[in-house]
Amino acid sequence: MNKIKSKKEKRYQVILTTVMVLIMLITVYPVWYSLINSLNSAQDISKNGFAMLLPGEFSLDSWKSVLKNPEIFRAFGITLSRTVIVTILQTLFTSMFAYGFSRENLTGKKFYTAIGFLSMYLNGGVIAYFILFSALHIYNTYWVYIIPCLFGGFYNVIIFNTNYKAIPDSLFESAKIDGASEYTVFFRIVIPLSKPVISALGIFTAVGTWNDYSQTLYYTKSSEIQTLSYYMLSITKSSASAAQLGETMSAGASSVLTTMSNSAANYKTIELACMVLSALPLIIIYPFAQKFFEKGVMVGSVKG
Amino acid sequence: MKKSKKKGFRPGYDRATQFQLHTLMLPGTILMLMFSVVPLFGLLLAFKNYKVIEGIKGVFTSPWYGFQNFKIIFGNFDFRRMLTNTLGINLIGNLVGILAAIGFALFINEISRARFKSVVQTVTYMPHFISWVVFGSIVITLLSGDGGLFNQILLKLGVIKTPIVFMAQPRYFWAIAILSNLVKELGWSTILYTAAISGVDQELYEAADLDGASRIQKMRYVTLPSIKGTIVIMIIFAVAGIMNNNFDQIFVLQNPFNIERSEVIDTYIYKVGMQQLQFGMAAAVNIFKSILAIILLGMANFVSNKLTDNGLF
Repeated sequence: MNKIKSKKEKRYQVILTTVMVLIMLITVYPVWYSLINSLNSAQDISKNGFAMLLPGEFSLDSWKSVLKNPEIFRAFGITLSRTVIVTILQTLFTSMFAYGFSRENLTGKKFYTAIGFLSMYLNGGVIAYFILFSALHIYNTYWVYIIPCLFGGFYNVIIFNTNYKAIPDSLFESAKIDGASEYTVFFRIVIPLSKPVISALGIFTAVGTWNDYSQTLYYTKSSEIQTLSYYMLSITKSSASAAQLGETMSAGASSVLTTMSNSAANYKTIELACMVLSALPLIIIYPFAQKFFEKGVMVGSVKG
Repeated sequence: MKKSKKKGFRPGYDRATQFQLHTLMLPGTILMLMFSVVPLFGLLLAFKNYKVIEGIKGVFTSPWYGFQNFKIIFGNFDFRRMLTNTLGINLIGNLVGILAAIGFALFINEISRARFKSVVQTVTYMPHFISWVVFGSIVITLLSGDGGLFNQILLKLGVIKTPIVFMAQPRYFWAIAILSNLVKELGWSTILYTAAISGVDQELYEAADLDGASRIQKMRYVTLPSIKGTIVIMIIFAVAGIMNNNFDQIFVLQNPFNIERSEVIDTYIYKVGMQQLQFGMAAAVNIFKSILAIILLGMANFVSNKLTDNGLF
């Protein structure tokens, strides 16, 4: 940049920085809002409304009742174990499939391509899965979280495939000359060379599994096997409808600032604490996992 | 390998190698057949008069029903309402979302300090990884009529006299769904555009500088034309996905008060199929949705091939 422009440039950068900081504040604020209100006392919320910047009256009551709740603990355990098992096995099975699929000398490739694209573009729908899971006797069991989720879909196969194709052929050839089997080639050469894509897709699977609630909503009915996300959904739904009913009534009385009753506010702070708890693992691993995200999307974008 | 050479086979096609490759693919193949291909028989239900008690055999043995399921659905008042909502939320949401993402990506690219740039990206990607249950409940709390942030601000500014119960009023629903999705996904949706922008040849900018191009002119005549391909592909995906509402989002924000503006195709399938157990009708809606999606994908691709020589296939 030349010197005449530099002053203008500086001012421009200041404005740009301000706008960017504002956008960052807007994206972070919702999480901050739920954190401070989960740490706020219910009395304060029912008196002054929800806190905006800092807790009006600091209190750990809601966190205490969340951490004491056995239902939440169970849901946490189910979600955690499910996420770990599905992430490991799904990444393994999908990358294994993709390795076979990426080899030029694979016979019967047409068959695999056919079922792959069929599964990618067509979907039997919720009802078909309901009937199938009932027939397999995994409906309303813990297995419904695991078995149907062990394959990452053909789209991920394509992503792995693109990566495997980038591995130089000479590596495979020299391994074969040394008498290595396909298993050895896959586990000793391909996997170590594909760490970035494996981590990226693994993280996406883990986040998706952790956040998923539809599997619980569609294919289970007993509360013993509900996931954390589903538990959140059910308390959000019940508190929202309770609050709205209350509101429509009090709005009719035309008071200037309607606030919640003490018990409703108490319920709300517990809900918020629960929300923060379920988002916490993601927020903690986020900075470490972040560098893989971009890679993960990039490998997706180069699919041919 | 030696053996196969003797028989005149090419290397790598011997029995042992093929066996090893196919066994590596076995778990994936079984899972795909079982959980992707077999459920496709469920599409038959749309043309059948199926009852839940009939179990999995009933999918094949229950009596044919012709297009009766489709007739019932298309004649239903709910159906037209939810089609309007699906298309409305998606069309406006995609338009706003794509424009915002391109704009944001252009300005992220303008940041000169690399460190600050990556901070902006890291922070704005974050909400993408929070579940819709959590994000949706936060939105509901922010909009609450009992002392939620928006009502507190509007009351203090004197814009309104009594709090608005946003979530219970159907007319706000589209805006809530579109804007909450924008806040959650804005950062993440720029990722492909920023990648495309970083691949633009720097010499083009230097040449533009020599010609005395302004900042806006450089965006308009250098950056945008260079990332045209990415933009077109994103638009094709958006058009093809127009029947796919984000079930996770809509279902969390939906309640009995705003249902007339919040019922979309996926929540409708859930309601008809899983709650009312009208399996045939739910399957019919699903088929309708899939066919429309394939037609839209083909059309978007055709149009973009004609207009820009850029297409998916």
